[in-house]
Amino acid sequence: METSEADLKILMLAALDGDARAYRAMLGDLRLRLGGYFQRRLRRDPDDVEDLVQETLIAIHKRRETFDKAQALTPWVYAIARYKLIDNYRRAGRRVFVPLDDAASELRVEDESAAVDARRDIERVLAELPERTRRLLHSLKIEERSVAETAASLGMSEGAVKVAAHRGLRGLMDRFGAGANDD
Amino acid sequence: MTDDLIDRLSSDLRPVRTGGVVVRLGLALSAGGAVAFIGVAWLLGLRPDMARAVSSGMFWAKLAYTGAAATAGFLCIERLSRPAGKVGLRLAWLGLPLASLVGAAVIQLLDVAPGGGRHLVMGGSAMVCPGYIAATSLPVCLMLIWALRGLAPVRLRLAGAAAGLAAGGLAAAIYSLHCPESGAPFVAIWYTLGILLPAAAGALAGPRLLRW
Repeated sequence: METSEADLKILMLAALDGDARAYRAMLGDLRLRLGGYFQRRLRRDPDDVEDLVQETLIAIHKRRETFDKAQALTPWVYAIARYKLIDNYRRAGRRVFVPLDDAASELRVEDESAAVDARRDIERVLAELPERTRRLLHSLKIEERSVAETAASLGMSEGAVKVAAHRGLRGLMDRFGAGANDD
Repeated sequence: MTDDLIDRLSSDLRPVRTGGVVVRLGLALSAGGAVAFIGVAWLLGLRPDMARAVSSGMFWAKLAYTGAAATAGFLCIERLSRPAGKVGLRLAWLGLPLASLVGAAVIQLLDVAPGGGRHLVMGGSAMVCPGYIAATSLPVCLMLIWALRGLAPVRLRLAGAAAGLAAGGLAAAIYSLHCPESGAPFVAIWYTLGILLPAAAGALAGPRLLRW
C-alpha cells in the first residue's frame, strides 16, 4: 500500500517544524520511491542506484528550506532526484539519455504541456510497432507490470515475452534513438 | 547503509523557519546592492543636480523601470531556486513598465524638433552606460550566486538569467543615481542593454556556476 502525496506532505510539514519521527517516516518512504525511480533509469549501472538514493536524501535534508509549503511534495522530491540523476550522467561523461519510460512516469507528477507532448511522442512511436509488440511494451514499460504478468495476459511464455520486448526495444532504438544505445 | 543515513539525518533535524528562501535571496540582494551603491557613489559620484532631479518625473521613471526589472528578476529566482518551482507569469511584472517606457520614448521621438532625436537616443553617455551598469551589477551577481548555491535551482540556465536580470535591474537603479540622462529613448535602449548584459551572462554561466 503506497503512501499518498497528502500523507507524505503532512509528514514533511511536521518535519519542517522539527518532528523527527515524522521526518524519519517520510525519509523511509521516499527512500523506496527513489530506489524505484533510479532503478528504472539506471538498468545499466545498478551500483549507482543506492549512491543516488543517498545523495538525493542528503540533498532533501540540506535543502529542505526550498520546499514551498503551498506546493505538493512529490514534484519537489522528483525534481531533486532528476537533478541528481542528470548530474550523475554528466559526471560519468555520458550523453544524457532519458529512457522512454521516463517521460511516462513524469506524468504522475507534472502535467505540463511538455509532458503531454512527450506522451504524444510515445504513443506515436508505439503506434509504429506491430500490435502484439506494442501491447507487450505498454504492459512492461508503461504499466510497469512484471514479465510474468505480461506473459499471462498475452498468452505467451516468459521467455518469448523477454525476447519480443528486447527485439521491440531494439527496433525502436534503431529507428528513434540515434546514439542512445552504446552498450 | 541507507538506514544509518536516515538515522543520522533525522537526528540532525532542526525546525526550518518559513520564508528562509526569501530572506536568503533578499540578504544577498541587499548586501550586493550596498556594495554596488558605495562603488557608484565613490568611483562615479552621485549626480550633482540631485536636489533638483528628485522633483523631475524622469528621475522616478528611471527608478520605477529599473526597480521593476529587479523585482521581476527577484520573483523569478525565488521560484527558480526551488526544485519544481515554476516561473509562471512573474516576468509580467516587467511588462507594464517596459511598455510605458517604450511608449514615452516613441512620443518623445515623434515630438522632437528636427535634429534633436539623436540627442534623445544617444544623450552624452550612451557608450559607457551599459558597461557601467553591468560593472555595477557584479557585486550583486556574486552575492546572488552565493545565495543560489545554498538553495536548490534545477534549471540552471534560467536561474542564472533571472539572477542576472535581478542584479542588472538593481544595478541600473543604483546607476541612475549617478546618471543625469533624462531622455526616455536613452533609458529604453541603453539601460535595457545594461540590464540584459548581466542577464545574458547569467544564462551563459548559470550551468557552471550554480551547480550543487
